[in-house]
Amino acid sequence: MSAEIQVRVNGKSYQSQVEPRLLLVHYLRDVLGLTGTHVGCETSICGACTVLLDGRAVKSCTVLAVQASGSEITTIEGVSALPPVNGSGLHPVQEGFWEKHGLQCGFCTPGMILSSIELLRDNPSPSRPEIRQAISGNLCRCTGYQHIVMAVEYAAKKMKSKKR
Amino acid sequence: MPAATRYLGKAMKRKEDPRLIQGLAHYVDDLVLPHLQYAAILRSPYAHAKIRSIDVSKAQAAPGVSLVLTGADLRDRIGMVPCAAQIPDMKSAPRPVLALDRVRFAGEGVAVVVATSRYAARDAVDLIEVDYDPLTPVVDPEKAIQKGSPVLYDDHKDNIAYRWELEGGDVKAAFKNADKVVKQRLLNQRLIPVAMETRGVVAEYKPGERQLTVWSSTQIPHLLRTQIAAMLDLPEYSVRVITPEVGGGFGSKLNVYAEEALTGYLAMRLGVPVKWIESRRENFQTTIHGRDQIDDIEVAIKKDGTILGLRVRAIADLGAYYQLLTPLIPTLTGLMASGCYKIPAIRVELTGVLTNKMSTDAYRGAGRPEATYLVERALDLVAAELKKDPVEVRRKNFPKLAEFPYATPTGVIYDSANYPRSLDLALKLSGYAKLRREQAKARKQGRVMGVGISTYVEICAMGPSSAMPAGGWESATVRIEPSGMVNLMTGASPHGQGQETSFAQLGAEILGIEPGDVNVIHGDTAIVPYGIGTFGSRGTAVGGTAAYMALMKLRTKLATLAGFLMEEDPSKLVFDKMKIFSKAHPKKSIGFGEVVAAAYTAKTLPPGMEPGMDATSFFEPSNFTFPFGAHVCVVEIDKETGDVRLLKYIAVDDCGNVLNPLLVDGQVHGGIVQSFGQAMLEEAVYDEQGQLITGELTDYAIPRAADLPWLETDRTVTPSPVNPMGVKGVGEAGTIGATPALANAVADALAPFGVRHVDMPFKRERIWKLMQKGTRRAK
Repeated sequence: MSAEIQVRVNGKSYQSQVEPRLLLVHYLRDVLGLTGTHVGCETSICGACTVLLDGRAVKSCTVLAVQASGSEITTIEGVSALPPVNGSGLHPVQEGFWEKHGLQCGFCTPGMILSSIELLRDNPSPSRPEIRQAISGNLCRCTGYQHIVMAVEYAAKKMKSKKR
Repeated sequence: MPAATRYLGKAMKRKEDPRLIQGLAHYVDDLVLPHLQYAAILRSPYAHAKIRSIDVSKAQAAPGVSLVLTGADLRDRIGMVPCAAQIPDMKSAPRPVLALDRVRFAGEGVAVVVATSRYAARDAVDLIEVDYDPLTPVVDPEKAIQKGSPVLYDDHKDNIAYRWELEGGDVKAAFKNADKVVKQRLLNQRLIPVAMETRGVVAEYKPGERQLTVWSSTQIPHLLRTQIAAMLDLPEYSVRVITPEVGGGFGSKLNVYAEEALTGYLAMRLGVPVKWIESRRENFQTTIHGRDQIDDIEVAIKKDGTILGLRVRAIADLGAYYQLLTPLIPTLTGLMASGCYKIPAIRVELTGVLTNKMSTDAYRGAGRPEATYLVERALDLVAAELKKDPVEVRRKNFPKLAEFPYATPTGVIYDSANYPRSLDLALKLSGYAKLRREQAKARKQGRVMGVGISTYVEICAMGPSSAMPAGGWESATVRIEPSGMVNLMTGASPHGQGQETSFAQLGAEILGIEPGDVNVIHGDTAIVPYGIGTFGSRGTAVGGTAAYMALMKLRTKLATLAGFLMEEDPSKLVFDKMKIFSKAHPKKSIGFGEVVAAAYTAKTLPPGMEPGMDATSFFEPSNFTFPFGAHVCVVEIDKETGDVRLLKYIAVDDCGNVLNPLLVDGQVHGGIVQSFGQAMLEEAVYDEQGQLITGELTDYAIPRAADLPWLETDRTVTPSPVNPMGVKGVGEAGTIGATPALANAVADALAPFGVRHVDMPFKRERIWKLMQKGTRRAK
């Protein structure tokens, strides 16, 4: 049994025949080859598989590919094209993670970046507790989160200065 | 370390980050090879059972399935899972790659399926029928060693894996001369490491070249290669291990696992590449666990707070089998039982116990967090007993500065330290005296507030080969290519620690070039010289020192050649900004690239000099290093709910000289938060049937961002005399120093309720009950 889906991923349209039980994360990774999205727990706890689905951060390990049909998806590979686009080829949130040492092993990082992008779109000037709350659905075992909070603060500042 | 610091000690952002923040990095599961097939493993639902029969026929016939194998099919084809640790009179506990006729923990592999897709492989696993004959599981380590307990192995008379003792100083006299003896039982609960990336293996065999390539998420590629070759009976040159990006280890990937050899075997047998990716549930059940130690301590003291002696009776729950270092880990607790104190007499009696659980092994800190926890709790219990401030008792028992290097009665020699300095700084940063006044005020208001202190020492830079099962040295090769670009190959296998950056800083500093021109390569046994790996806070102190030595060899060769070409004294040459020049005539210089090119074109070399520009060094440390520090924290407990909130955390760590402060801060933060996890949230619980009931992230809480306050960190710098850079290591400091600070804060908070001690994790229910009991008693 298979079902046809149509999705736009990072601005590109795809049409695929998939098993109805295929998880979105496996579709992105195994069918489209976008391996920047990681599988960390398969129970929607860790957030390593976070992507933007029609602009909302979702855990793609608990979304079926067929549920995403007709949707617009952004993965870490497409993040640099999200506004505000700057000259460096990196999104300000990516830059923040680099500048502030917001990652060590890097496995949780794509999910963290996508959750942070959603936060800053909804709340351009988050407080530290708001940042911590917003990334609490994303687990990191390396950094202790503090540098991630600093990375998001860096990005918030940078994005505000771009708007001016 | 060279005096000049153009790059060393600077907070340089990481070279490894661009690929990681753009989704361009490759972890094991990101690798795709032509004709790749997928393995999935059927695991025992029973903790202890005999296997009567296994029927794989339905699985074998399922769509997409190419192979199903059981333990019996692999007998004599794959060797046992290796254990490198040997303790005198230790019982054997051999683990086959898949169970033969008996399973000894829930999650043990019983059969493997290979199929053309992940989904098909998992589907077929469900079609395998196993007839088990359940046996009584052995779960409680104390009951396990009582007479009459069921025994895990038919050829053992009991479940005692080994007894190990360590004694230094006159323990009997210490207890005889004591004014008081403080006793306490301390539980160091079982933990799950939870690297964010689970384990995974891809293997490919090329029969023509007789080459098995194994990609594995491991901390020890070379040791793994040696062991896979032995398990599969292949010449070592026929096995290549590649460690791609590794999504966290924390000791859990410092091992040789059944699946690593099994996946290799499957690829050889089927003639196609095979991938096995661990599910999170498997990761909980079958990747090593940490801690799980019961420590009964007795401290002999004088009335003034002087500690005369310490006795520890420890029971370590090892689980059902030995993984690579399982039996060794609890002995490290013995080695570090002196803490950062002068305790003249120490006796440690350790009993390693076999139970129907997953093996324990090295989890961040590995034996030393247990030691620090018991010593630091002991100091607070002594302070409480004598109604003294915990700071005062600590100061009283620090060894004097003149006593360093300080030899403990447990047989280790602390290289260098200044314990009062880090303590003073932590007290100053935390406003300790003010905190105590605030606490007194809070208590009057009926609030439950606690202040916790820990002054710790840890044993790092593992280590002298005499003390390490597989050798403790590390290697590095530096090759300056004809273009002047540098490849630095390290036998250490970093996985998030940032050595691609810090070693590039080191290379740039020594050779007077740019960090961008130094490329660090690791984790490929075909490219990198044999190395030991990254664990035990050894990456910089041992691996970095090997890199330093190899770089210095090349610097000497470059200086000789440059001196020859420039007619200058090589010993007077300076390397800076891509140039080599004499201190005496700085205007006369030669380009770094020019000298390198001369070494390769080899037209004009000094007599006796070989062409080329590469060097290899192996660094054998003469001793461990002993980083230390002082942590202070403040907690407040909700009287109504028992909820413990961490309000303030101050950490002063001393890891010797620092190559990149950004990386050190990252290690310290991460370590403290893992400690927070142990203290507040984490506990691997097996029920009476030996089922791991905290078997997923849904049931096992690790810290989230919102759980934590801002961590304030600072440093003192006491260089180590053990290596030329004076570095000590910092990977485990946080997990060693922070747990006792948090535990001491909670016990301190609960003191008005008549509580002396409370075991971790400090979950609401436990804390609430203690407060209720204390309140009732007060009435």
